[in-house]
Amino acid sequence: MNKTENNKAWFLVLPVFVLVAFSAVIPLMTVVNYSVQDIFDQNNAYFVGAEWFREVLRDPRLHDSLLRQFIYSFAVLAIEIPLGIGVALMMPTKGRMASLCLILLAIPLLIPWNVVGTIWQIFGRGDIGLFGAALNGLGIDYNYASNPADAWATVLLIDVWHWTSLVALLCYSGLRAIPEAFYQAAEIDRASKWAVFRYIQLPRLKSVLVIGVLLRFMDSFMIYTEPFVLTGGGPGNSTTFLSQTLTKMAVGQFDLGPAAAFSLVYFLIVLLVSWLFFTTITHMDKAK
Amino acid sequence: MAEIHLKSLAHSYFPNPATSADYAIREMDHVWHQGGAYALLGPSGCGKSTLLNIISGLLQPSEGEVLFDKVRVNEMPPKERNIAQVFQFPVVYDSMTVYDNLAFPLRNAKVPEARVRAKVNEVAEILELHEVLHNKARNLSADEKQKVSMGRGLVRDDVSAILFDEPLTVIDPHLKWKLRRKLKQIHEQFNITMIYVTHDQLEASTFADKIAVMYGGQIVQFGTPRELFESPNHTFVGFFIGSPGMNLIEVRRSEGGVSFDDIQIPLSDELNAYLADIPSYNLKIGIRPEFVHVWDKPVDDAYATELISHEDLGTHKILTLRLGNQSIKARLDEDRELPEGKVYISFPQQWVKLYVDEFLIEERS
Repeated sequence: MNKTENNKAWFLVLPVFVLVAFSAVIPLMTVVNYSVQDIFDQNNAYFVGAEWFREVLRDPRLHDSLLRQFIYSFAVLAIEIPLGIGVALMMPTKGRMASLCLILLAIPLLIPWNVVGTIWQIFGRGDIGLFGAALNGLGIDYNYASNPADAWATVLLIDVWHWTSLVALLCYSGLRAIPEAFYQAAEIDRASKWAVFRYIQLPRLKSVLVIGVLLRFMDSFMIYTEPFVLTGGGPGNSTTFLSQTLTKMAVGQFDLGPAAAFSLVYFLIVLLVSWLFFTTITHMDKAK
Repeated sequence: MAEIHLKSLAHSYFPNPATSADYAIREMDHVWHQGGAYALLGPSGCGKSTLLNIISGLLQPSEGEVLFDKVRVNEMPPKERNIAQVFQFPVVYDSMTVYDNLAFPLRNAKVPEARVRAKVNEVAEILELHEVLHNKARNLSADEKQKVSMGRGLVRDDVSAILFDEPLTVIDPHLKWKLRRKLKQIHEQFNITMIYVTHDQLEASTFADKIAVMYGGQIVQFGTPRELFESPNHTFVGFFIGSPGMNLIEVRRSEGGVSFDDIQIPLSDELNAYLADIPSYNLKIGIRPEFVHVWDKPVDDAYATELISHEDLGTHKILTLRLGNQSIKARLDEDRELPEGKVYISFPQQWVKLYVDEFLIEERS
């Protein structure tokens, strides 16, 4: 086929180009720009090279919140993925009950982060919150405002409550896409329930699970609102995750240079982990 | 190894079937003997697959019993019936290798691994899968996948029966023939009961010793390919088997036989005597195009017909003729010239079949 060379075609790409430039490229480059300069005021900026990066990477505050962040994201995945699969497996496949389940599962997904945070902030209070008061009534000493373990558990619970539905819905759609013939063949082949799950359902859930894991990893890795609303990152620094540390640094202390360096490192971590995960999975597929 | 007896079996997908139209399987009694190679032949939607799923246990019949060696198995799941079934579209467990796929039914039954290896290799050899044995099943071609599906049925040499649900639909024509022969060989080698569902009469007659023709949820005839051809006992069998199917003509009673459009067809005394006693007015006669005698010149008791069209099929010609207002197909051997003008045909009496209410009236003599 002959391609017609026509440079006017570039004009058609221009709107997208401008849009992406304004919304992503220019802000990102500004961040890059900040990360290599020490800025005193508009006219006093000095190039400092990798100084901010060095400082940021040595900062113990950041080490702590990075570790916390990884533990948190890992815990979120470790709970939500199996739980989501389990819920999807137990859901009815047809009829009214199926629709009802889908609606119930979709509800948490429709609630904004800060509302979810506020709901749990009240729900978990020992004096007026049903959850907190009930736990205390049972003799369990629960107080998310003063006990770091309780705060952690609550932040995890919030995320599980809010987002397990997403994994469950993804898996549900994946399960519905498995043709009936596979289950029939497995039954004929005398497969146990576990074998059906292991060799039929799980392999066919793989693609939706990849999406689920990536979404939940990226989302939980940048969690901000819920711990902020719940305890403001406390007690102490126990629920201060990366994004909150970054926000404090950038708009609290106005340390633009280190904050810019930090956000680039943050960005690269998310990119790296997602890329590693994705390539591992796709490589496993290609191996014969 | 088992004899499969379907006893007053019927099935409806509706909870409270009222009319016979609600039944996917109408009440039937049928026995599949141990070690037979059977075909279940019929048009789409006649209940073939339903019947197969009832035998394998994927479906529970709403009425009647399924007996394996005289033991009722209605409530038994497929697992306990020990039956293998191959589906129309290949089912492979695509995260496993071909080897693991073939080993799957054996491993599920906790067969020792050494025996698994021997069986899998044996079946892979028969199905010519040994070259791809350690590849992932997902990368196979459609017909290799279907061979794997079949293989999973064949590794189990202790099965009561293997059921095939149109297994060669997705296979290339030249491979179809090869695989069918392979199944036949396996059947002879292992002496397993095989029931093969198809809507292709050629496939049925090359595979099976006996064919069950299904129509409207019933087995209307069970017999050898030759029996089905020579004396179809239902008009549907006559029409469905053979290419083209049987000529079927609606007729009325008349002196010494039957007639249509003022054309007399004499019948034997036995059939005439029978006809005199029955009340039904739904009478048909049937004759295979192969048995219609085409004359070169007018003879006594031949009917003069008009030639409407003809098809040359290489080995023979099929003539479409008009007799009265009916169109009649007749087969003409290749070495015969196409007659000009009127075509004279006669119906040899032994091949003229009489159907009352669509069923054959058999002659004893």
